[in-house]
Amino acid sequence: MHPILILFLWLILFLPLAAAVGITLFALRSPARSAQLSIGAIGAAFGLSLALFWHFSSHPEPPEWYINWLSVADLKIDLGFRLDPLSLLMLLIVTGVGGAIHIYSWGYLRGDRSVPRFFACLSFFTFSMLGIVLANNFVQMFIFWELVGLSSYLLIGFWHERPAAADAAKKAFLVNRLGDFGFLIGILILWNVLGSVHFQTLQGKLADNPHALWSLTTVAGLLIFCGAMGKSAQFPLHVWLPDAMEGPTPVSALIHAATMVAAGVYMLCRVFFLFQAAPQWPDDIAWLQVSALDVIAWIGGITALLSALMAVQQNDIKRILAYSTLSQLGYMVMAVGVNGPGQGMYHLTTHAFFKALLFLGAGSVILALHHEQDIWKMGGLAKKMPLTYWTFLIGTLALCGVPPFSGFYSKDAILAAAFEHGQFVLFGLGVGVAMLTALYMFRLVWVAFGGSARSAAVNHAQESPRIITLPLIALAIPSALAGFFGIDHYLAGYFSHGRSAEAASWLHRLVAPFAQAPLPAWAGLVAVGVGFVAAWQLYREAKTDPLPRLLGGFAQAMRERFYFDELYAKIIAYTQDALATVVDGLDRWILAGTLVRGVHGTVELAGRLLRLLQTGNLQTYALVVATGVLLLLYCLIVR
Amino acid sequence: MSQLHLISILTALPAFGALVVAGFDAPSKRLARGVGLAFSLVSLALALALWARFNPEVTELQFVERHRWIPSLGVDYFVGVDGLGLLMVLLTGLLVPFSLLASWKIEEKPQLYFALVLLLESGLFGTFTALNFFHWFIFWELSLIPVFFLIKLWGGRERSQAATQFFIYTLVGSVAMLLAFQAIFLATGTFNFPELTQMAHDRRLANGLLKIGWLDMPPRLIALLVFGGVFLGFAVKVPLIPFHTWLPVAYAEAPTGVSMLLTGAMSKMGVYGFLRVLLPIFPEQTRAMLTPLMAMAVVTIVYSAWAAMAQKDLKRTIAYSSINHLGYCLLGLFAAMKTMGSDAVWLNEKAAALNGVLLQMFNHGLSASALFCCVGLLAERSGGRRGLDDFGGLRKVMPVFCGLMGIALFSSLGLPGLNGFIGEFLIFKGAFALSPLATAVATLGLLLTAIFLLNILQKVFSGPLNERWSQMPDLSANERAMLMPVVALMLAIGLYPQLLLGVINPTVVGWIKQIFNYV
Repeated sequence: MHPILILFLWLILFLPLAAAVGITLFALRSPARSAQLSIGAIGAAFGLSLALFWHFSSHPEPPEWYINWLSVADLKIDLGFRLDPLSLLMLLIVTGVGGAIHIYSWGYLRGDRSVPRFFACLSFFTFSMLGIVLANNFVQMFIFWELVGLSSYLLIGFWHERPAAADAAKKAFLVNRLGDFGFLIGILILWNVLGSVHFQTLQGKLADNPHALWSLTTVAGLLIFCGAMGKSAQFPLHVWLPDAMEGPTPVSALIHAATMVAAGVYMLCRVFFLFQAAPQWPDDIAWLQVSALDVIAWIGGITALLSALMAVQQNDIKRILAYSTLSQLGYMVMAVGVNGPGQGMYHLTTHAFFKALLFLGAGSVILALHHEQDIWKMGGLAKKMPLTYWTFLIGTLALCGVPPFSGFYSKDAILAAAFEHGQFVLFGLGVGVAMLTALYMFRLVWVAFGGSARSAAVNHAQESPRIITLPLIALAIPSALAGFFGIDHYLAGYFSHGRSAEAASWLHRLVAPFAQAPLPAWAGLVAVGVGFVAAWQLYREAKTDPLPRLLGGFAQAMRERFYFDELYAKIIAYTQDALATVVDGLDRWILAGTLVRGVHGTVELAGRLLRLLQTGNLQTYALVVATGVLLLLYCLIVR
Repeated sequence: MSQLHLISILTALPAFGALVVAGFDAPSKRLARGVGLAFSLVSLALALALWARFNPEVTELQFVERHRWIPSLGVDYFVGVDGLGLLMVLLTGLLVPFSLLASWKIEEKPQLYFALVLLLESGLFGTFTALNFFHWFIFWELSLIPVFFLIKLWGGRERSQAATQFFIYTLVGSVAMLLAFQAIFLATGTFNFPELTQMAHDRRLANGLLKIGWLDMPPRLIALLVFGGVFLGFAVKVPLIPFHTWLPVAYAEAPTGVSMLLTGAMSKMGVYGFLRVLLPIFPEQTRAMLTPLMAMAVVTIVYSAWAAMAQKDLKRTIAYSSINHLGYCLLGLFAAMKTMGSDAVWLNEKAAALNGVLLQMFNHGLSASALFCCVGLLAERSGGRRGLDDFGGLRKVMPVFCGLMGIALFSSLGLPGLNGFIGEFLIFKGAFALSPLATAVATLGLLLTAIFLLNILQKVFSGPLNERWSQMPDLSANERAMLMPVVALMLAIGLYPQLLLGVINPTVVGWIKQIFNYV
């Protein structure tokens, strides 16, 4: 690779880190300086990424570059950069969407004492996320994977005085660690069996010999997937993401909607070659015949459905969006599972735009209402905050999948992939989720923005300042138009089994879904219509939520997130307490108590007994000595 | 070969310092502290000089000094270091000034306190450099005595009991080891570790033990008994569960500076013993007992993590977590002893595991002593309180302290980018290939560790500020200057592990080739 390009990559990766370090060391008392450093770093990284993107669109070579970081005996671990369409696209998303959110943060947190700490963490996050994106081997990815977890931990717990925030931060870290536990073992298995952690080497080995992993193919694949389940909050490890909304809204937008949670999907796409190897089970359980991809698809589908249902009955504006994020992540994971990593990445891209937009819009509302997040205490905001409303509406339309907004194309691609792949149940499930998406999103829009004001706070609400609305506009444009950028073709070329790889005019792209796979396209569209009408009927004029009346207990269960948190809390509390008590008791009473004191007691008892012999009486001693001598003589002579 | 007698000077210097410091009269406390610290810093400088002059390309022992001492008993004055010894000398050299600084505020007879710590340093240097059993054993025991008095005189409420328990436990282990070495000497006529390693290698040791013929026992049993004696000595010191019950009490009752040295340097004596004595001299017996040993290591890891979770006292939590971290060392160490084919692949896995073990020893020394130091600082400000639930929200009043202790906690948790990760990762990498099941179970320890360490972070630093501590001062400039270098070192090793690996890897590869006959 050309030295200039390598320099670019170093700068992209390390400028944000430099900003984080610089803020921590020199600018902890200066909010403005810290914001400048942080925004400057990500802005520069965005510019350089654009330059790289432009360069490689005309020089298609598969470049890779690395230096040795660690070596023991003949084992080597590298720090490397891998550039391909996948990482280039992700670079642009992370720095582009991230840049908009950085700017927004400066407006959102103005006046907070801890702004410098916030920007330091945000820059550190950008650094670690870019590390994942550029990684060319599993170990490097794992290292940055953990660092991303750390920055998420720090940012969720940003308002550390709030117990809820501290709890949520800990929960996020631990649930992720649980997933990483599987990820780590998966990496070790691959490393042992295939002798490498380097993506391209692994891919080459598996291409040469698809059975190189023998019966471990599925196991290793699923263990690796565990990591993605943690980071992308897939069922049953989904519980941390909604709680993570305790962090400031820009954090929710950047980390817990647009980029970090997408890292799991990105990783699955990056190592998709692992899942293409045919499963090989040992003979005695050959009847199982489950492939890792099936499991992934179903986990994704279940996550999408469950969280869409949960979203329908949430009242906190950020939580609705959080469950919606879960649900969309489920779509992406399902896409990977139905052999459509390109479609998954496509949805990841459009989702990054519109979900960041929605979160930032929600943040604008929350700011205007002085941190009121209950949608039933809003209402009539459309007139008070027109710019926020219109951009939010664009985000909603994109998320629901209304053509010609971007979400329609990417979601349709996923539905079509499931359909083509013969996964009709999952296809149906995806269509159902599309309907639910329209229902909960329009519920949100009508209750919060439509109708009339439901609280005094709304009457005083004002449109947010330009530093907040400009990022909204900047994100609204790609949210609306990303369907025409040709991202799908770009990715299809990479994964080389897309639906069609030829370039097409934007007009052609507008109707492409209906022309190529009409059934999924129409099914998706009808589902959105149904959801929209249902929301219209239920929430157009509603003063309170009518669903609990109509559905009774089921609505309650939806609101209570199907009691997963309670269940987990119980299980954890029981096992932890029981085991900890047992262990502590064992230590205190059995080992230290009985055994050690037992030994101690025996020694002491022996001592006391022996003391009885020490009478101090000279005659007794003489008698004992004489007896001893006689005994010895007897032994010597008689034997 | 160096003509400088660097190691002899290094070992003698702190002992000499101890004499000087103990000689100060009662009023000159400040001077005594300063002189004590100066001696420890000069020792550190010597250790660094050793590091600088060490040739990492060579696998043989370096800086060797060897003189006949008691020829009739096979006792030599015999010192030298390889990568392992050097690493431990460096760790000790670093930790003693750190510990002395953390003990600065001790007002009760600081002369004696500082003198005892310096004496302990001599003991540690001697233990990590001596290569003749007799010579080594003197230092091994010598290090025990100052610690006994340090705990007994400056400890917490139950100091007397803690000191006695500590002393008796370790002494029992030592006696067992001494007896075992008597048998070895009878069988071979030498006390020198390198020669014993060679004899074990060409089976002269086993044949020698055959000749002892004690009580008509089968020779295999004698060998196993001898192995058991040596093992016990080290297992208590590390400690392996179930030989650990002295530890939480001793660590909790010892004054901060001594806890730091106990966990930072003295616990390494046990692992060092395993690496220097047990594995090279008893590879066959280790292998014969590998399954129970492995089980013991896994139990140590998981059990201690759970026990740590149940603790309410911060010092006890960190004490148990210390057992947990050393458990990883033993996991790697035992896994590396497993018999495998002679492929180069296995050499790599074993090298990864053992490099990880060495690195983990160093890293644990840094992180655990930093954590004990932090808890000490906290207790100093709260009038001796150090319960998990005694604080809350301290981040607001002590942001710098929170940041530094947070880094130490995350280092202990094994976060990439900090030192703790690399050691654990290499151990897992190697051990997983060699012994997948045990390692998979042991990874559970990683998860449990994360739980209780994050719990500490949350309960002590987050949430609403406990009003009682609203006036708690953040770290003073001196305290920052004490903690910052250690934290910087954690970052440096985490970011550039080759710094240490470059020095220890040749040693490790040399061992493996020797023990397993790799060409």
